[in-house]
Amino acid sequence: MLKISKSRLGELFDAVAAKQTLYIPADREVGAAEYKKYESGMELTKELNTVRSAKDFFFPQTENLADFRLEGKNIEIKDIREECEDFVVFGVRACDARSFTILDKVFLCEPVDSFYKNRRDHGTVVTMACTRPAETCFCQTFGIDPTAPEGDAACFDDGESIFFKANNEKGQAFIDSIASLLEEGDTAKLDEVQAKTKAIMEKLPLAKLSTENFGGDKLSEYFNSDKWGELSEACLGCGTCTFVCPTCQCYDIKDFNTGHGIRRFRCWDSCMYSDFTKMAHGNPRLTQLERFRQRFMHKLVYFPANNNGEFGCVGCGRCLSKCPISMNIIKVMKALEVK
Amino acid sequence: MQEAMIKRAKELLADGTVDRVIGWKRGEFAYDITPAVFTSAEELDSDFVFDDFTAANVSKYLVKETAKDGKILAFLKPCDTYSFNQLVKEHRIDREKVYVIGIPGGPKLDIEKIKAKGITGILGVKNEDYTLKIETLYGEETMPFYEAVLDKCAACKSKKHVAYDELIGEDGDVLESNRFDMVEKLENMTAQERFDFWRGQLSKCIRCNACRNVCPACTCENCVFDNPKSGIDNKAPADSFEENMFHIIRAFHVAGRCTDCGECSRVCPQNIPLHLLNRKFIKDINELYGEYQAGADTTSRAPLTDYTKDDCEPSVVHERGVE
Amino acid sequence: MQVNENFEPVIVAFCCNWCSYAGADLSGTNRLNYPTNVKIIRVPCSCRVNPMFILRAFQKGADGVIICGCHPGDCHYTSGNYFTRRRITLLYSMLDFLGIERNRTRLEWVSAAEGAKFAATMEQFTADVKALGPNRRLEDLRCRKQ
Repeated sequence: MLKISKSRLGELFDAVAAKQTLYIPADREVGAAEYKKYESGMELTKELNTVRSAKDFFFPQTENLADFRLEGKNIEIKDIREECEDFVVFGVRACDARSFTILDKVFLCEPVDSFYKNRRDHGTVVTMACTRPAETCFCQTFGIDPTAPEGDAACFDDGESIFFKANNEKGQAFIDSIASLLEEGDTAKLDEVQAKTKAIMEKLPLAKLSTENFGGDKLSEYFNSDKWGELSEACLGCGTCTFVCPTCQCYDIKDFNTGHGIRRFRCWDSCMYSDFTKMAHGNPRLTQLERFRQRFMHKLVYFPANNNGEFGCVGCGRCLSKCPISMNIIKVMKALEVK
Repeated sequence: MQEAMIKRAKELLADGTVDRVIGWKRGEFAYDITPAVFTSAEELDSDFVFDDFTAANVSKYLVKETAKDGKILAFLKPCDTYSFNQLVKEHRIDREKVYVIGIPGGPKLDIEKIKAKGITGILGVKNEDYTLKIETLYGEETMPFYEAVLDKCAACKSKKHVAYDELIGEDGDVLESNRFDMVEKLENMTAQERFDFWRGQLSKCIRCNACRNVCPACTCENCVFDNPKSGIDNKAPADSFEENMFHIIRAFHVAGRCTDCGECSRVCPQNIPLHLLNRKFIKDINELYGEYQAGADTTSRAPLTDYTKDDCEPSVVHERGVE
Repeated sequence: MQVNENFEPVIVAFCCNWCSYAGADLSGTNRLNYPTNVKIIRVPCSCRVNPMFILRAFQKGADGVIICGCHPGDCHYTSGNYFTRRRITLLYSMLDFLGIERNRTRLEWVSAAEGAKFAATMEQFTADVKALGPNRRLEDLRCRKQ
C-alpha cells in the first residue's frame, strides 16, 4: 500500500492545499477540535473526533438561497448560491463518512437538492481509520467498521506512517494527485494496529448494543410505549443533540427582510424546538414528550421504514457527550427495547 | 452522603410528606447523570445517585413540577438554593409544594476537563484523596482532582444554603471568590481586543439554545427568539450580528436576576464562556448600584426594577478605563 | 484614525414624546439646524426603548444610536426615565464590554424647552459618529446597502 511518513504529513497537506481548498480536523482549544481550512503549519488534532460533525461541508447550518427585490410592480428574483470550488476534507472518521450515505438518501433522491448535490460533487472525502475508540463509540451497532472507513479514499495510521487506499475513482484521483509524495510501504505493523483496535472494539461498553429489535416495522410497539414520559421528563428542549448529530437533516426555509429586499435562506432546524414544522394552525407536536419521541422514532423506526432498513444513526457518540442532561439514544434504546 | 439522602427520601415518601423526589439518575458511564423524578423506594435504591458528577441544577424543573398536584422533595446544593429563591420570588415556583433538603455543594467534576487531558475510553472515575483514578480502555490514568473541577465550582461564591426545610450535612458561608477576575481582565483590554475575543467566542455558537433552556432565570413561556410573531425569531445565527444579538439580549434579560449558577457555560457544547456576560452585568450592578446577589432573598427589589434619584448617568461607560 | 470626509452616518434618535420630541420640534420652529443624518423615532417614554430596539437599529444600518428623554425628575410617568437610566447604562456597558465603539451610543436628557440643546447634541453626536466611520462591529452584512 502507498504510504507517507507522519513527519512529512505537512508537506502532503501543503501539496493538496496548493491545488484546492483542504479542510482538516484541528484543535480549536484544548480538548475540542473542529474542521479548519488548512493553512501551512496547521496540525491534525489528537482528538478522536470534532465537536461538530462533518455534515457542514455538504449541508451547512445556514445557506443562502435567493434574493428578492421589489421594483415597482416587478419582483426580481436572484439565485445567490455560492459558487462551490473543488475541496478535500481530510481525516473524516468512519461514522461521519457513513452519515454522508444517509444524507445522500435524503437529499439526492428525487427531487434532487441541487445545493447539496453541488457541494457533494465538488468535495472529496478522505477518511481516517480509528485507532483509539472512546467509550461513547457504538458505530459497530450500525455495521460500520472504524478500521476500514468508507469515503472516497481512506487513510490508515500505524503510528509511524499514514497509508492510503482508494475506495472509488474520485479517491484514486486524489491519491494520484499526491503520488509523487507517497512510497510503497509494508503493512505488517498496520495489520497489528488494526488487530489491536478490533480487540478494543469488542471491549467497548456499548459493543453489545444491537438494533435487531428496532426498524421500520416496529411502529406500534414503540410509538405508544409508556417509557417516553420518563425518558423525556428531563429534556430541556434544546437543539444540542440535533445540531451535533451528523445525520440530523431537518431544515427550515426563512425569509429575512434586509431593508432593501428579502434574503431567503435555509438553516438547520431541530425537532426539539417548539416552532419546528409550525403551520398555520400551530405546532403539530405540542409537548416535549412528542418532540422527543419524534427524534428517536425518526432515527430508529421511520428512517429505516423508508430506506430499506438503514438506521438514521451512525454511532458517533456526540449526543452522548454533549447533551446537557445526558439523555441520549443509548438510554432510549435500552429503556424502550421490547425483545 | 448518597445513602443518607436516599434514606431520608424514603422516609419522607413513606410518611406522606412528599409524593415525589427530584434528584439525579445514574447513567451508562461514570459521568452521564440525568436529572430525574423518583416516586418509589425501589427507584431510589436502584437509580438515585449523588457523587462528583451530579452538577446539574434541578431548581428549574420545579417550575414544571410544582404546577402538578402533590408535594415534591428537592435536594438542593447551595448554588441551587439561590436559583430556587429567585424562582420563588418571581412566583414561578410554588414554595408550598416543595420540601427542600439542603445538601453540601461541590466542587463537582467536569468530564470535558478529564477528556481534555487526552484521557479517553473512560470506564470509571474514582476520587482517592483528591487524586482521580481513572479506569480506561487503555489502562489506568491519574490526575489531580482540582484540575478537573467545573469552572463554576472553581469560582464558587457561596457554600451557604439560602432556602431549605432541613439540612443534611453542615451549612457553609458566603465565600470570597475570584469570579470577576476574567471580567476585569477583559475590561482592561482595548475595545479591539475585546471585540476580537468575543467574536472568537460567539462565532462558535450553533444556537442550540442549551444555555437558555437550562437557565433557571430563563423561564418565559415563549421566548422572543422562538416566536415568529416577534419579528426577530431565528433558529440559526445567519449572520455574526445574530450571534451577538442573541447573547446580548439573553444576558440583558437575566441581568439582576441571574444568580451566577454557571449552568449556561457548563452545558455549552462549544465551550463559550457565557457566564462572563452575566458576570459583567453582576459586576456593573455591584459597582454602580450597590452589592446585590440575586436569589439571596425573596423580598428585595431587583436592581433593574428599582432606582434612586442620584443614580449615575450612562456617560460613566464612556468615561472609564481604556477604549 | 482616517476620517472619510464623504461618509454620512445614519443616526437613530429615540425621542420621548413629552420632552425630547417636543424639544426637536422647538429647534425646528426656532429654525435651528441639525444634521439630516438624524432619524427620529418617537416613543411614549424613553423607558419604552427595549435593548432590542437599539440592536435592531444597528442591524438595519444605523451607525449611532442616541436616546433622548425628559430630565430625571421630569418624567411624564413619574419614574420612567429613572429605569431607563439604569437599563441603558448597563446595556451600553455591555456593548462596550463586547468591544463595540462606545461613542456610537449616547443618552441625553432634553426637555421640551431645550430646542437649542437638541440641535447642539445632535450636531455633536453626528460629528463623533462620523469620526468613528461606518458601523462594522455590530452590523448585519445582509443589510448593507450594495
